[in-house]
Amino acid sequence: MNIQEAKFEYLLRLGDSSLIIGHRLSEWCGHGPILEEDIALINIALDFVGNATSILAYAGQTEGNGRDEDALAYLRSEREFRNLLITEQPNGDYANTIARQFLFDTYMFFLYEELKNSKDETLAAIAVKSHKEITYHLRHTTEWMYRLGDGTAESHERLQNGLNDLWMFTPEMFDMDEVDALLIKEGIVPDLNKVKASWEKRVKEVIAEATLKLPETTFKQKGSREGKHSEHLGFLLAEMQYVHRSFPDSNW
Amino acid sequence: MEDAKQLEAFEAKIAAGQKIEPKDWMPEAYRKQLVRMMSQHAHSEIVGMLPEGNWITRAPSLRRKAILLAKVQDEAGHGLYLYSAVETLGVDRTELLKQLHNGTAKYSSIFNYPTLSWADIGAIGWLVDGAAIMNQTALARGSYGPYSRAMVRICKEESFHNRQGYEIMMTLAQGTPEQKALAQDALNRWWWPAVMMLGPSDDQSPNTDQLMRWKVKMESNDAIRERFIDRTVPQAEFIGLSVPDKDMKFNKETGHYTHGPINWDEFFQVIKGNGPCNANRLKARADADKNGAWVREAAMAYAAKQMKEKEVA
Ligand SMILES: [Fe+2]
Ligand SMILES: [Fe+2]
Ligand SMILES: [Fe+2]
Repeated sequence: MNIQEAKFEYLLRLGDSSLIIGHRLSEWCGHGPILEEDIALINIALDFVGNATSILAYAGQTEGNGRDEDALAYLRSEREFRNLLITEQPNGDYANTIARQFLFDTYMFFLYEELKNSKDETLAAIAVKSHKEITYHLRHTTEWMYRLGDGTAESHERLQNGLNDLWMFTPEMFDMDEVDALLIKEGIVPDLNKVKASWEKRVKEVIAEATLKLPETTFKQKGSREGKHSEHLGFLLAEMQYVHRSFPDSNW
Repeated sequence: MEDAKQLEAFEAKIAAGQKIEPKDWMPEAYRKQLVRMMSQHAHSEIVGMLPEGNWITRAPSLRRKAILLAKVQDEAGHGLYLYSAVETLGVDRTELLKQLHNGTAKYSSIFNYPTLSWADIGAIGWLVDGAAIMNQTALARGSYGPYSRAMVRICKEESFHNRQGYEIMMTLAQGTPEQKALAQDALNRWWWPAVMMLGPSDDQSPNTDQLMRWKVKMESNDAIRERFIDRTVPQAEFIGLSVPDKDMKFNKETGHYTHGPINWDEFFQVIKGNGPCNANRLKARADADKNGAWVREAAMAYAAKQMKEKEVA
């Protein structure tokens, strides 16, 4: 594997995670618990789709086979997607969505904070823009962690359940392989151990402040690096891609 | 009598082109009519999120997906803004939503039609936002300050939606034969509902002189409809699509199009709740409200705790 191939692979991991979690958030559109939240969730989904578009466009250029962001988003199948498993998990109730967003947004916040210093200028520029957005997203989801965790008995229980259910998907966020090793050496991407330390510290603080318990699950779900996903992704892609695929070679 | 004097001053103010503000005296009939119109408008914005929101997950390109997300976000913002404007008349959002969910409040008939293909997203932006603009630019000249200002602000965004919708239709119409067929089919299905959404014809809905004099209503439904048709038919022709009305003709003498008969029976059926999607739309809104109840309770409980902590500190 050369640097270019590693970079393409890494960009797919970033772009796909944003695309898929943005898709999940957009499913809330019109069904949120209160109008203000509908607006916030759509806004966050929009940021994720925007981030995915920039990153996948850059991935296409990096690959150099003439695939643009739409070709990558719409014309790859389940096994070719590299998004983290946590991003494809269904919304569940609002607490479950908030738990998923909090765990992922915190990860993205610290990861992109590092990516701002990437020696790859394009990636660094995307990271600067995205980091501003993620800072806002994370503030939003963290506030909801407090509200639901320390709100009513019901909201507390729902959020704790959400956290417990999603916890097994979190170690995968910090898995590193040959791709990471190559790019770390070039100063293009950070060592995820560093991101992990910041993530763990922040997550523990917020969970405590929200009067919740740190989940005890040590079981680990992984596979996205090799395109091994949960069953949920296939349905998601079927919905996302069918119009585009039904009209091959069309402009939209 | 005090009331007669106040009424005279109120009408003089409106005749002079001044705005009525929330703290000003106003006749009860004026207030009631505005609450009715503005809340219907607010409800339409948020119910309207459903047929379009439907297609966000299926949008055929990332660019279109982003544009659609932004549009639906705008509509939610319009809803929020309008609910706040109604609150200046002393009715709060919770009460208005209750009326929506129990079926006593109305919203635009158009959102009770289904979105069946991607082209419908183009047709809605072009035709539905387009018709709404015709109505709302008139309302922006209305007498009630908060509503008139809301209309000015909202109209800017609706024009943006209108252009984006038309652009979707144009792209499809200039695309493959399959895409063009999709666009024509969407126009066929949305044309009449869009023509009807501007309200019953004038002979069926006499505009009281009073509402016109009070500048609650600015123009008759048929006048607004005529402007909509005059603007839209050439736009359809320009991209090679045709409106599904074989009687549609340009009248050189009047400078306006004349259209074929409108199926008002369908319109009144939809208004009554018998449209293809009335039940679904209401259920979706009521479910969102029900499923969100514990979230709102938690937020309030948390806010109360925070308040207490602040008091102690
Ligand atoms: Fe944002
Ligand atoms: Fe709107
Ligand atoms: Fe609009």
